[in-house]
Amino acid sequence: MVRTYFLLVWTWTRASAAYPASFALMCVLGFVTAALDVAVILVIFANTTTLAGFSRDEVLFLYGAAALPFTICDTFVSNIDRVSQHIKAGTLDTVLIRPVSAWVQLTADRFNANRIGRILQACLVLGYAVAALGLDWERTWMIPVMVLTGVVIFSALWTLGGALQFVLTDAPEVISSFTYGGLQLTQYPFSIYGRDLVSGVTYVLPLAFVNWQPGLYVLGRDDPFGTPEFLRFLGPAAALVLSLPAALAWRQGIRHYRSTGS
Amino acid sequence: MPSPTPATHNPCLPSANPCPGPGTLRNRALTHRRCKTIPLYARLVRYGFRKHATYVGAALAGAFTNSVFGILRAYILIALWQARPGLAGYDLIDAVTYCFITQAFIGPMQLFGGGLGIPERIRSGDIALDLVRPASLQLWSLAEDLGRALYLFIVRGLPPMFVGAALFGIFVPTDPGHWLAFLTGFMIAAVASFGWRYLVALSVCWLVDDRGVAVLSLVFTTFMSGMMVPLHIFPGWFADLARSLPWAAMVQLPTDLYLGKGPVLETLALQAFWAAVLLGLGALGTRAIRHKVVIQGG
Repeated sequence: MVRTYFLLVWTWTRASAAYPASFALMCVLGFVTAALDVAVILVIFANTTTLAGFSRDEVLFLYGAAALPFTICDTFVSNIDRVSQHIKAGTLDTVLIRPVSAWVQLTADRFNANRIGRILQACLVLGYAVAALGLDWERTWMIPVMVLTGVVIFSALWTLGGALQFVLTDAPEVISSFTYGGLQLTQYPFSIYGRDLVSGVTYVLPLAFVNWQPGLYVLGRDDPFGTPEFLRFLGPAAALVLSLPAALAWRQGIRHYRSTGS
Repeated sequence: MPSPTPATHNPCLPSANPCPGPGTLRNRALTHRRCKTIPLYARLVRYGFRKHATYVGAALAGAFTNSVFGILRAYILIALWQARPGLAGYDLIDAVTYCFITQAFIGPMQLFGGGLGIPERIRSGDIALDLVRPASLQLWSLAEDLGRALYLFIVRGLPPMFVGAALFGIFVPTDPGHWLAFLTGFMIAAVASFGWRYLVALSVCWLVDDRGVAVLSLVFTTFMSGMMVPLHIFPGWFADLARSLPWAAMVQLPTDLYLGKGPVLETLALQAFWAAVLLGLGALGTRAIRHKVVIQGG
């Protein structure tokens, strides 16, 4: 399955590398558009020194820790976003009769290697923030864990979104509020949000475990909302708990899909 | 030559008379039924409106997403304005209003690009048909686009404002003159937005692949327009520069008109200036592609 995935990814990459100039340009432009969010953070901190108790470098750390897993998923999983297009065009039927899992085929569908620019940008910001903050080295083991957790959480979200498109075929844009909205939400310290919203994204849709809860541990800070200390380490568990309904929903979607038969 | 007698002529067939009188079938078949200019464009505005009204579901989904992002951005701005009250001459309510009105502009101003069918028509060659129509391609597209903007203003623009009003409370002007200024500014902004996107679309004629230009345009229409953060809080001279560029005319200037910040007439004049410049460049571009397009018979 993994081998098939990478074979498909490689095929799409070779296809897009047929136009090298366009490919290079898109890499650079991906870097630039991703940098706009950082530009917003920098503009905000040109006007203030702290935002809801967090300094510029701390916010950049949270941004990097959310953007890195997000951009990885955006590159490798988000292609599943096109389920509704496939349903409308009737191409989902072709996908289903091939002897490879539909999930693997759709996540590799029209794989876009030039999103590498965005991953690179997120890495740079995270690297800068880690260096600038002078973090406690005993706590940095959490950083790779939180990136992995984030990858699983965002992948689950996209899968859930893909599954929802079997129902919301005409309005796939709703899904963006949860995927791209998830990135927008996690870029900033949760202390700026209302208590209800934070409870929602901690206990219902576990976005708080992408970077906020583990990030508090890495930064050595207390939660302004007063959640207990052990929540900082629950990220991997939360990611698995979200993956389960996502996998089930995807399975349900595929099983109940009815072709128009034309 | 004597003309055929009317008695032998079958009235169902076109008359053989080369100069048919008014009202005959042949006359109707040969004479262009040209709409008068103003009714033609008014009709195109209506068609643009109706074309988008077909996709209510997609527009409402867009309104939902715009509202969700509005809520998330509002919290950021609230945190900033709590740290710096009165920043940019906005109070807290102004900042929240700014946030939701800019979200409301995404649809009508088509800030993420697109909205015109021109790039696909250039690639497929259909543009040749559009260019031989007895109406200007630019004005034709403008009329349709204004219809689209009007529809999205209602369906994608109003919901985020209601959400903002319900959750946080927003500023609503009460003075009719104030509304008049805002609505005028909004109309000019829609024209300026069209002018810019039309230029981006025409570039396909020379570049074939429009993705690069589209991304570049996205940077300008989101960041430099004041959609992401108010242009007033950009550092130093950059703020003044950004506020005098054409993209400010699409978001920041109409927003300030709504909030009642800054001089009304000067703001409208700056917007009108950029709208005129962009339309002028678009007219030159249209003329250039008329010379570039080659219709290969068949």
